[in-house]
Amino acid sequence: MENTEEKVNDDNDFSEEQQEGKPREIVLPGDLLDEGTLKSGMGTYREGKKIFSAHVGIKSVRSNYINVISLSGRYIPKSGDTVIGVVIDLTPTSWILDINSPYSSPLHSSEVPWKIDFGETSRYLDIGDVVLTRVLSVDEIKRIQVTMRGPGLRKLNGGQLIKISASKVPRVIGKNGSMISLIKKYTNCHMFVGQNGRIWIEGTFDDIKLATKAIDIIEQAAHVSGLTSLTEEFLKNQKGMNNL
Amino acid sequence: MMTDEIQLIDESGIRLDGRRADELRPIKIEAGVLKNADGSAYIEWGKNKILAAVYGPREVHPRHLMNPSRAIVQCKYNMAAFSVGDRKRPGYDRRSVEISKVISDAMEHVVFTERFPRTTIDVFIEVIQANAGTRCAGLTVASVALADAGIPMRDLVPSCAAGKIDNQVVLDLFKDEDNYGEADLPIAYVPRTGKILLLQMDGHMTYDEFDKALDMLVSACEEIYTIQRDALRRKYSEDASEKLLAEIQNSNLASIEQPSILEGSTDIPPEDSTIITDNRKGGGFND
Repeated sequence: MENTEEKVNDDNDFSEEQQEGKPREIVLPGDLLDEGTLKSGMGTYREGKKIFSAHVGIKSVRSNYINVISLSGRYIPKSGDTVIGVVIDLTPTSWILDINSPYSSPLHSSEVPWKIDFGETSRYLDIGDVVLTRVLSVDEIKRIQVTMRGPGLRKLNGGQLIKISASKVPRVIGKNGSMISLIKKYTNCHMFVGQNGRIWIEGTFDDIKLATKAIDIIEQAAHVSGLTSLTEEFLKNQKGMNNL
Repeated sequence: MMTDEIQLIDESGIRLDGRRADELRPIKIEAGVLKNADGSAYIEWGKNKILAAVYGPREVHPRHLMNPSRAIVQCKYNMAAFSVGDRKRPGYDRRSVEISKVISDAMEHVVFTERFPRTTIDVFIEVIQANAGTRCAGLTVASVALADAGIPMRDLVPSCAAGKIDNQVVLDLFKDEDNYGEADLPIAYVPRTGKILLLQMDGHMTYDEFDKALDMLVSACEEIYTIQRDALRRKYSEDASEKLLAEIQNSNLASIEQPSILEGSTDIPPEDSTIITDNRKGGGFND
């Protein structure tokens, strides 16, 4: 059990920005970002040679691409993302998962680590069950397929599920998982963070409470720099107070 | 007629509320006022008070409205029963359906709908207090709420109305001017591209008057545009960050309730189950 708890995905968008030591530049929809020298990346759009921002977000330039990292928004599935799904429906050959996005997703019986006979899906996963899955494919009209075949992917028994804004997941994970391991260290919880903004936590009642509060702080202050040390301070204080 | 008896603008060009012909009412916008919505904003435009909330992109209901290649934008303009002097009969009427439609159409032009096929972006515009010009104020605040919701869009959309009172073209009519004036011309105008996304007219104007009104509206929209941008910037400003950090440092765990963002759980241990049940009743659940 201990070995399977992992940070699920590393996305360092926020953290890299922080490393440069420059103050983050907040841009708004319609802001002119560049004229002709860079390529239009994520969260931007192009009109002629001009590149504009499409989001309220943080401007970042990486390898000739100009990106705007959005500060809010729903989860839109990407192939390869690890997501936490909740079973909302059953068919004889598949389960329908709510993956906290505008699109629900089928989990086919051939994409699970068990051998499933026709019509026997409910013996393995039932409505309300929580599973850790990976997005297999997303097509142009956003039809999604997920899989449970892969290292670490499994049904999540027990624990609690909390939800944060999907755009803040990279901050909760931190650079190379620094933030999430910090929370795990101070709370002794098992945690999985899905790219879709769902976080599964297992531990004692008080530990879960503390971890949830820490995540809440990260979510609220996601755009503030020096968040890791702030969170560490908070966790240290809380732990100290509880031990007295 | 009443119009002959009431003087809406005096000899020196000062209106009933003390404004000059080309002056806007004071406008205040705040972004991100509602926690449960994906994005929200609140506007005070003179005596108008309007709240906008954005949900989505999300699944379309009813399903036949779904577009397989892009998202649809559904704005709902609604006036509270207490928003006007006499009680407004709650619910849909011809006026609110029309306003909802023109605002939806304007918004569909700035949102990148093709990025979210098969979904809807719902915008709720609730008029809490009305004093003329609510469709413009509603559109202005809705676009701030959309940006706050993280929905990709080409630009913010400022909107404003001009009109004619006592045979003079004036900007941003308030209630009495709207009621006793001769014409009303609301537009939505994107300063960067110069595109007009909404244009309606009630009453009569000559071509010259129309041109004059349009000139006034263009510069007014530029002014409103900066107010919209300030509202969004303020949410992420240094001051806001510092305040947030101070709050976090002062907070202590004892005062914190069970996770309010608790969404659901499996195999709840017996000793904790009562607390979780209570939390569900307390409205911790969304969707």
